[in-house]
Amino acid sequence: MANELVFRTCPITGKKVYATTQNLIWINAVTAVVFILIGGIMAFLVGMTRWPAVHLLPADLFYRFLTAHGLNMLIFWIIFFEIAGLYFGSSVLLNSRLAAPKIAWLAYILMLVGAVLVDIMVFTGKATVMFSSYVPLQADPLYYLGIILFAVGALIGCAIFFGTLAVAKAEKTYEGSVPLVTFGLAAAAIIAVFTLACGAIIFIPTFLWSLGLITNLDPAVYRLIFWGLGHASQQINVTAMVSIWYLLAALTVGAKPVNEKICRSAFFLYILFINLASEHHLLTDPTLSPYHKMANTSYFMYLAVLASMIHALAIPMTVEVAQRKKGYTKGLFEWLTKAPWGEPGFSAMIFSLFIFGFIGGITGVVYGTEQLSIKSHNTWALTGHFHGTVVGGTTLAFMGLTYYVIPLIFRRELIGKKLAVAQPYIFAIGIILIALGMGGAGTLGSPRRHWDVTFADAVLPFSFDPAVIFFTTIAAIGVITAVTGGLMYVGVSVLSVFFGRRLAPNEAKML
Amino acid sequence: MPITSPEKYWWKPADKEEKIWISISLLWCLVLTVMMPLMHFIGTQNPSVNPMRIKPMDYRTISEAFIEKYKVGEEKGIPIVEPPDGADVYLRAQMWTWTPILKLKKGVNYKFHISSQDLMHGFSLQPLVMNFQIVPGHDNILNMTPTSAGTFHIICNEFCGIGHHTMIGKIIVS
Repeated sequence: MANELVFRTCPITGKKVYATTQNLIWINAVTAVVFILIGGIMAFLVGMTRWPAVHLLPADLFYRFLTAHGLNMLIFWIIFFEIAGLYFGSSVLLNSRLAAPKIAWLAYILMLVGAVLVDIMVFTGKATVMFSSYVPLQADPLYYLGIILFAVGALIGCAIFFGTLAVAKAEKTYEGSVPLVTFGLAAAAIIAVFTLACGAIIFIPTFLWSLGLITNLDPAVYRLIFWGLGHASQQINVTAMVSIWYLLAALTVGAKPVNEKICRSAFFLYILFINLASEHHLLTDPTLSPYHKMANTSYFMYLAVLASMIHALAIPMTVEVAQRKKGYTKGLFEWLTKAPWGEPGFSAMIFSLFIFGFIGGITGVVYGTEQLSIKSHNTWALTGHFHGTVVGGTTLAFMGLTYYVIPLIFRRELIGKKLAVAQPYIFAIGIILIALGMGGAGTLGSPRRHWDVTFADAVLPFSFDPAVIFFTTIAAIGVITAVTGGLMYVGVSVLSVFFGRRLAPNEAKML
Repeated sequence: MPITSPEKYWWKPADKEEKIWISISLLWCLVLTVMMPLMHFIGTQNPSVNPMRIKPMDYRTISEAFIEKYKVGEEKGIPIVEPPDGADVYLRAQMWTWTPILKLKKGVNYKFHISSQDLMHGFSLQPLVMNFQIVPGHDNILNMTPTSAGTFHIICNEFCGIGHHTMIGKIIVS
């Protein structure tokens, strides 16, 4: 293991990059990419099965691979990448050594062992329980143990982040307040602690239940607390993604936040209010009283929406101001048309913002109302909603960032720059088609997590409006497109990380 | 830059554009905040009633008695039941059937009790697309009045094992 105090100075940003931090970012990010590859292959197989024209897999493998798709994408890919992001946001941005790197390695090993254990259980068919693993549907005890190990590892990763903030403050490695990106990531880490605590509260009893040590585990209570993990983990993603938007805007057009107070206040609103959205999963459940549902969908919930509205202004605004300072002042939109559309970080950020806001965000707010939750609950439209937020939004932003992490942190030149330039466009088009196709079919009643929407084997005959098949086909074309974009991302990043030309110590090169 | 510490005093008043945008957003948020409870009272699409706990075995007994009392026929082994006007209606979800098939009257209000015998199920009424989570041990109580005649189907939209996609029920409204 490298000495904790060895560092280099980044020739572009002037930041100190400690060798221990660099190694930890490397291992977490590379592991994340391995999991997105597994999840992407599953996406293709599952997507091709949902499409009645192909109907690729048998029912048992479909449900098994669908479980694997959800876990590898929503949990493993994203959280490994976020842990890399937390180490970057604390150690690199604050010029500080990482607090307790050995424990950070322990966190990584726990997460890896947990993830591998979960994947073994799922792929061997011992845990075909979907991402949500609703009690009383039971998986092998090792599945729950894997989730617990992963969550503990991630929690330790958050602790390392907070520890590094404390070290940086004590050793005065920066002056004044922390940078905005670090502030945003700190908000994400605070939400993560709440989220992972919910995970522990529900998965430890569920693990004991699967061993037969507990018998009376209420399925409704499980649902309530599970979504404190399941949905709240997506709130970590939202918060981390917004931080990365600010970061990408800075790296690609040199954008500076117009008003730090407003941006930071919006992050603060996320911490206080965003987790109320977790309970929207329960709006059609037989557990909450009507008044509880009214309260949840009302008042504070909209303060989190307000925060997103603020970022939706602040980020395009920082880009516009930076571009206008460069002299792109003709007309209303020259700043946008003359933007660096050939830089994958910029196109990824803009598409991520657009898809997250206009597809994922709007559908989320709409489906989060009590009456419209009845129309959308458990339909494929919901799947469309979160593919807009977590894939079109978070994943695309993380992909864009990767193209800068490789030269800046890993000091390798990108292999296949043209592919990297085209990748966000192809991936974004794919995700838009997926989200719209799922949204259309779901609005007409097509259910989520369903092997055969033609109902060929059903006892009572039933068939959907033929438009469902049309929208399913649009989604399937989207799957093929997005998986192509995903493979381009994995190809470029893996080749560059392992075989890219090593940059000279003072080579100030980004793309 | 968002990657460097801001200048010492960054708590500055917002610009005019920012103030306008935030005010409009906040106003819109307040409208929605008021609309949520308001729609609950003035809207006609709020079937949620205070839910109750019920043991799966107890629910089974009640729903079997309901079927026996009002049974009028059978289709492919599934009983067809025609409850009287305004009766409590019991619809049982279990892997992978909705029991019984219901015959209801247009314009009559029924109090539905839907519960599961085994896993989670998803009540999804087609082609209206109305969806409710069905949880074992809990009675999802819904006030429903059919407003049009015809044959409606119930599909399951919560994963409930290998036969999930075959789980279909039926409601006939005359």
